[in-house]
Amino acid sequence: MNEILLAEFENPNKLLKAAEKLSDCGYSSYDVYSPFPIHGMDDAMKLKHSKLGWIVLCGCSLGLLLGFLMQTFMSLDYPLIISGKPFFSYPAFIPVTFEIMVLFSAFSTVFGMFALNKLPQHYNPIFKSDYFRKATCHGFFLGIDSNENGYDREKLRNLLSEIDAKHIEVIEDDV
Amino acid sequence: MVASTNDIVKVKRPDLVLPGETFESVTNIVSKPMEMKLPSWWLIVFLVSISGVLLLKSMIAYLIWEGIGVWGLNNPVGWGYAIVNFVFWVGIGHAGTLISAILFLFRQKWRTGINRFAEAMTIFAVICALIFPGIHIGRQWVAYWLFPIPNSMGMWPNFKSPLLWDVFAVGTYFTVSLLFWFVGLIPDLATMRDRAKGKIRQMVYGIFSLGWRGSNRHWQNYEKAYLFLAALATPLVLSVHSIVSFDFAVSQLPGWHTTIFPPYFVAGAIFSGFAMVVTLMVLARQLFNLKALVTIGHLERMNKIILLTGMLVGYAYGMEFFMAWYSGYQYETFAFVNRATGPYAWAYWIMVSCNVISPQLFWFKKCRTSIPIMFVVSIFVNIGMWFERFVITVTSLHRDFLPSSWGYYSPTWVDVCTFIGSFGLFFTLFLLFLRFLPVISIAEIKNVMPQADPHHGEEH
Repeated sequence: MNEILLAEFENPNKLLKAAEKLSDCGYSSYDVYSPFPIHGMDDAMKLKHSKLGWIVLCGCSLGLLLGFLMQTFMSLDYPLIISGKPFFSYPAFIPVTFEIMVLFSAFSTVFGMFALNKLPQHYNPIFKSDYFRKATCHGFFLGIDSNENGYDREKLRNLLSEIDAKHIEVIEDDV
Repeated sequence: MVASTNDIVKVKRPDLVLPGETFESVTNIVSKPMEMKLPSWWLIVFLVSISGVLLLKSMIAYLIWEGIGVWGLNNPVGWGYAIVNFVFWVGIGHAGTLISAILFLFRQKWRTGINRFAEAMTIFAVICALIFPGIHIGRQWVAYWLFPIPNSMGMWPNFKSPLLWDVFAVGTYFTVSLLFWFVGLIPDLATMRDRAKGKIRQMVYGIFSLGWRGSNRHWQNYEKAYLFLAALATPLVLSVHSIVSFDFAVSQLPGWHTTIFPPYFVAGAIFSGFAMVVTLMVLARQLFNLKALVTIGHLERMNKIILLTGMLVGYAYGMEFFMAWYSGYQYETFAFVNRATGPYAWAYWIMVSCNVISPQLFWFKKCRTSIPIMFVVSIFVNIGMWFERFVITVTSLHRDFLPSSWGYYSPTWVDVCTFIGSFGLFFTLFLLFLRFLPVISIAEIKNVMPQADPHHGEEH
């Protein structure tokens, strides 16, 4: 059975220091929860850069290509004579190509972010804690999953109290 | 003033959130409109607005039943209220994207107090805008011809037409604005889920918040996504109103065929949109008691942008006249002299007084920070910007090249009622938003509070 050790900290400052401490002790798959992103937390947790940019680049290029090809195909497949202009009038295709590129990029940004964050995810054992409801208002939490290498409940409990955790609880996941 | 490099000049900026507020009190302030007893003014205004929606629906039904002849269009004025209202509503939407995207890229932290509100306004305004091109096409049942959908006739749309570019521009704009708005809402919906008292409330907010739990691993990708959306929306918003202006500028009509149109339209759009934000915000912060989060400082900054964009629009009006004279082209000259002195001079001078003269009050700090004055000026700007589109569209059309094809356009009651009805739709959506969604971005505003800095209170 999995469990999560959840600790609350008083403010962003203490949470940041706690994350630094855990990283220094070699833990890597813990997570922190806060009502807003905390500046410097990614470095404290030693997170790698987000991969989202690459996903957006793919979506953007695809939109650019598809948008342009679509117009080229349709203008040649159903040729309309407009003021004697060539059927393949590529300068006239630029606005629509641009719009389709932006559309594809925006979709890949949003759905790429969902995929990287594994959202939607309506079930998570951490929601079992009533205490954790504060995390979206004014609570600053740190959670360690028992899958973490070298997870030792008592040792971590001591470590967390040493670094000023306000409230520590264990959440059991029975799924 | 010459300052040596050692002097660090510290500018005291006004507080973005009034001092004394905590993270918890911010959540409480923003959640209050959603949790308090339904105020009676809300119900009354809602009933009035929903009657507007009914009016709009019946006007559209009548139009489709009877045909475009129920509108005041004639020959030569083949474009009237429909295009005027379309450009008016799309323009209003632009301030929302400016606030949410462009000010975000420029790191203007004051935007956090008003961005959610303005983005909502964008979406509702674009919905109102999209109705008009949809119904003005005459045969509404073939509206799908606007889209590149394979059909049994083997036809495709004409990609050389700015009117088709407009379909893609406004469609993309609506979709991207909606995505941007929704992404911004996710953390706040989670906040609402976690403080919900009732089961249904918790379920609905829970479903839409997608299981958000404020994890930093999520925040990392989320902030990146937000940045990308801002970076995408910025050129998008500029392109949308540029393309809207191409509807006019690409044609060869005196008064429309000018290269100044794209920047002029974009400035006008931002101008009108900010005026609408001020109009609505002044009311909302009063009625929902949001004064701690939307301070007079926020409103003052918006008024400065209204002053700036109003001057840009005024410059464009002047430049159009200069070019009409400088081009030496008699039809162009005539079109502009006719604008200011012809049968529609009344509309032209309403436009100039509302858009160019009334914002000049904002040079004075007293006026910029006075609620009644800014409310009145913002209404004037809204009226003026509607008239700008009216002047551009109608005055350029009503005097054709030959005097034998001159005419005069007046709207019919159907035109006017459709326009009033679109306001009903806008306010209906807006009232629902005020009641059921957080009108201020809770997560973002917490982020600009001094306590949010992880080094807050540390000795340096």
